[in-house]
Amino acid sequence: MDNPLLNHTPVEHKPVPKKSKSQDRLSAQIWKHRKEYLAISPFYILFAIFGLFPIAFSMFLSFQKWDGIGEMTFNGLNNYQFMLTDPEFWRAVGNTLLIWIYSTIPMLFIALVVAFLLNASFVRFRTFFRIGYFLPNVTSLVAVAIVFGTVFSNNYGLLNYILSLFGLNSVEWLNKTWGIQLAISVMVIWRWAGYNAIIYLAGLQSIPTVLYEAAKIDGASGIQSFFKITIPNLRPIILFTVITSTIGGMQIFTEPQVLVGNDGGVSGGGLTIVLYLYREAFVNNYFGYGAAVGWGMFVLIALFSIVNWKMVQGNPSND
Amino acid sequence: MFKWKSILLHLGLIAGLLLSIFPFYWLLVMATRTTSDIYSFPPKLWFGPHLLDNVSRVLSSIDFFGAFWNTLFVAAACTLLVLFFDSLAGFTFAKFQFPGKKWLFVLLLATMMAPAQLSLVPSFVIMAEFGWVGSYKALIIPGMVNAFGIFWIRQYAQESVPSELLDAGKIDGCGFFRLYWNISLPILRPALSFLAAFTFIGVWNDYLWPLIILNDESKFTLQVALSSLNGIYTTDYSMVIAGTLLAVIPLIVMFLFISKQFISDIAAGAIKS
Repeated sequence: MDNPLLNHTPVEHKPVPKKSKSQDRLSAQIWKHRKEYLAISPFYILFAIFGLFPIAFSMFLSFQKWDGIGEMTFNGLNNYQFMLTDPEFWRAVGNTLLIWIYSTIPMLFIALVVAFLLNASFVRFRTFFRIGYFLPNVTSLVAVAIVFGTVFSNNYGLLNYILSLFGLNSVEWLNKTWGIQLAISVMVIWRWAGYNAIIYLAGLQSIPTVLYEAAKIDGASGIQSFFKITIPNLRPIILFTVITSTIGGMQIFTEPQVLVGNDGGVSGGGLTIVLYLYREAFVNNYFGYGAAVGWGMFVLIALFSIVNWKMVQGNPSND
Repeated sequence: MFKWKSILLHLGLIAGLLLSIFPFYWLLVMATRTTSDIYSFPPKLWFGPHLLDNVSRVLSSIDFFGAFWNTLFVAAACTLLVLFFDSLAGFTFAKFQFPGKKWLFVLLLATMMAPAQLSLVPSFVIMAEFGWVGSYKALIIPGMVNAFGIFWIRQYAQESVPSELLDAGKIDGCGFFRLYWNISLPILRPALSFLAAFTFIGVWNDYLWPLIILNDESKFTLQVALSSLNGIYTTDYSMVIAGTLLAVIPLIVMFLFISKQFISDIAAGAIKS
């Protein structure tokens, strides 16, 4: 084997065109460390094949018209133009954003409250609660969607029964835009509130108690130390949860697909961006178009993450 | 005063816990009922006698055990490969110096930002080129090493594998691989067990990618089989529910065994990153 590692390990941080001596030294160094390079190489090789190349290839595909079987034909910006003018695409974008808002805000709020409760010094059975709250997170989404489907069922679901107890008429949840979006959001909240609570709890526990004691000595009230100590110290973790829930929220697929099918339900309220992408690419076989939608989604996620970042970073209480 | 506060707090926590647990209870109840029971008014909130009946209808409608073994195979294969490749790379990053190391590690972290959905279509096309559509290779090979696991192992190895021990090993004539396999791997065990559980749960529950890749019913993983069961037998809902129960149980049982450590590791992982 004549050192294939030299070919794909970009180690020359500074190009040294003339000093052939130091170049020799570098390659001798690389040769000396060949085992280390070999040990880390699987990740880079796989990422090149299944991560990097698909991204470049999807750029190419997005300018093509292709059904996955026949000839590929170049069609310029048509895919993007179609995407930007397709009301269904914008519908999917709107649905995704709405579901994200309906789910993320209550979810993180609940998580924060649960974390505070669990963090109280006199809580008993803390481990037990933690396991119970975390359990939804390891359950498969397909199973969750099937179970919640019976809760939000149009006619005789559990929720409609509860409504009837209050003398209210039953609602066809899964046929209404807001109903399906509510159902999806409830599933997201149920599955992720406990997970985020566990993370917040760890964050709370990592704040040194000395800070609170010092504040108490200085005469700070509980509310003051909450806003001046807890929140600033928790901010990086809140940012982490906001970013992960944004990325997760933009990729919601399984819940609507299992609950109401590939079209996002009768009302189309469950058509999220990834469901739209899946339908166009893998049900209708518009592969080129699917690639373009992937890029649209990427831009959206990037923009959205930046906005989030700014929002969470940008309301400093005092730092 | 203090006591009241405590009672109130525990009541709040228990209420939350009930909401968290209720869908599991509801799943269990429905699996023991008939379809007309499930949709009856008022709903039956206690167990019925039809569990075995429902389960036997699941087993005659789909090859449940086939799907179970398929999922187990894919998840186990992925997990073992991830453990090996991630720990090897993580160990190397933690304990060795080599030119370009910092740069390579930054690159590794940067890849975590690349959104998977962007490459859904081209990845499928690549799999088609390789002739891997319908094959488990498409599920296992792209997932057999990942940036998160390497990062996780590196953090752990930095703190817990003593450099003196490696030096002693070198003096005793251990090569690179033996330093990794015989000396470091046993020390890395706690970090590995979290990575194993994390990977296994993720692969077990994966849905979108297997849905796209697997086209032959006999190769379906549990999630895909469950979803197709749900799509086809819309009238025999108690059977679908029993299938859901069967698909959910193995992972929950596994989770309950490892939960305490797993949850702390999840939190630690989030705080570190």
